[in-house]
Amino acid sequence: MSETAFYTKDLSVFYGEKQAIKKISMDFAAREVIALIGPSGCGKSTFLRSLNRMNDLIAGVRIEGEIWIGGRNINHPGTDVVRLRQNIGMVWQRANPFHKSIYENIVFGPRYHGIRDKRKLDEIVERCLRKTALWDEVKDRLNGSALALSGGQQQRLCIARSLAVQPSILLMDEPASALDPVSTAKIEELIAELKKEYCIVIVTHNMYQAARVSDRTGFFLMGDLVEYDNTQKIFTNPSNRSTDDYISGRFG
Amino acid sequence: MNHPVQSDKPEGDRLSRFPKHIREEWFGRVYVYACVALLIVTIFSIVWFIASRGLNPFISGGLNLSDLLFGRQWNPEGEPPLFGALPFLAGSTATSFIAAAIAAPFGFCAAVFMTQIAPKAGRSILQPAIELLAGIPSVVYGFVGLTVIVPFLRNNFTGQGFGILAGSLVLSIMILPTVTSISTDALGTLPAGLKEGSFALGATRWQTIYRLILPTTLPSLLTGIVLGISRAFGEALAVQMVIGNAPIIPKSLFESAATLTSIITLEMGNTVGGSLHNNVLWSLALILLIMTFLFVFIVRVLERRAKR
Repeated sequence: MSETAFYTKDLSVFYGEKQAIKKISMDFAAREVIALIGPSGCGKSTFLRSLNRMNDLIAGVRIEGEIWIGGRNINHPGTDVVRLRQNIGMVWQRANPFHKSIYENIVFGPRYHGIRDKRKLDEIVERCLRKTALWDEVKDRLNGSALALSGGQQQRLCIARSLAVQPSILLMDEPASALDPVSTAKIEELIAELKKEYCIVIVTHNMYQAARVSDRTGFFLMGDLVEYDNTQKIFTNPSNRSTDDYISGRFG
Repeated sequence: MNHPVQSDKPEGDRLSRFPKHIREEWFGRVYVYACVALLIVTIFSIVWFIASRGLNPFISGGLNLSDLLFGRQWNPEGEPPLFGALPFLAGSTATSFIAAAIAAPFGFCAAVFMTQIAPKAGRSILQPAIELLAGIPSVVYGFVGLTVIVPFLRNNFTGQGFGILAGSLVLSIMILPTVTSISTDALGTLPAGLKEGSFALGATRWQTIYRLILPTTLPSLLTGIVLGISRAFGEALAVQMVIGNAPIIPKSLFESAATLTSIITLEMGNTVGGSLHNNVLWSLALILLIMTFLFVFIVRVLERRAKR
């Protein structure tokens, strides 16, 4: 493994009185894919959303503990979340393209951050679409509506859109669970490709997917990080009993 | 739940040619169709009535359509009588569009506040307050306009206070509920995840509202504005009380003017049914009706665009 991209220390998340995440410490390396698995409601999505402070948007959520990125603890009120989210891209289960053209979807983020030069924007669009293997499919209709794309293309567009602000970390919340097998395969290929440049944290319900795409896997249960190890070890020889039960399908 | 297969209905009902459920079915059907038929007949009669009266001046009164639409002189009792309705068309258009221009930003901001910024305070305080505005009778608006806005304009600007601006201000408050509630609905139906997608790219809340939410909901917001204009166009009493009712095209917003509705309410009672003057007022009503159809048509077009 290469250098650490970021890590959490004793991260806890409360929804009102209820503790959804219990003191989780995890490290994530650059150019690595980390899968978060576990039964529904185990807190893996909540954990993911805390990493780019998206939980701030939900009323009544309290986050304790530390998230260290680039020598800074970003989990305190003084953090510039705009800068932070520029560094950490996010993709959801449901593709959420904006009701604009393909081109406008990609340049949306860069425009926020002050890039006005048309040539630069064109470059960004081509680079991001090539990275997500969309360029050949859509280069003739960049000004067409993003909503006219297929579900899988929309999801890849959303990934391209998040790459446009040049993050170093990508958070993916079940990015392929609403897609057909062919589109899923494309997303997984894409993850393998993006791994060369980005640290990718992916929440998935599909254990085969976790086994296929990730280097390390964390198993969540009832808000605890039960086990965090190399993916191969987790899936062949887990040290924890409940991990074994979950992987072999005895519950969850 | 499983109902017993055996029927416990009396033998006669089960064997009759029209059992209860079929009779009920027919009753419901006849009732609904009768209501709908009556409604359609009513609507067409109203349109027919207004059209037949309103077209009369052109058919038997010797009035030209262009004289009515573009004539600047309104002197129905003169010799010869002059029926130039351009001042009223201009007055109606100006008051309703200026009212919409004033109400639109307020309505949109209120909607943003209620849906994006403080849903709790918005829904429990702001929304009921704005809905209350919709329930105040128009004569009260006119009265408040007459006692507050007109003197204010008179004391702070030129003129007597009566005029287009006074009418627009009163109308803008009256159409605020329409604009606000339609904007609120539009913002409430934003697809889930759209806002988050923008935040995740590092956008601030205001950037998200300006660059994403506003353009995405624009067709629906325009629908609200058009409905507001349509309501302002048709409002008579409150405007009549503050606009001054002078049948001229004013040179400024502070001079007395008149609208289609205000002139109809003002002169309807002083004319004899069947006279040319009376029939020309019906022509003005017909113009109002056509304008309303036009607004409905625009709203339909906008809604179709919003769905795409």
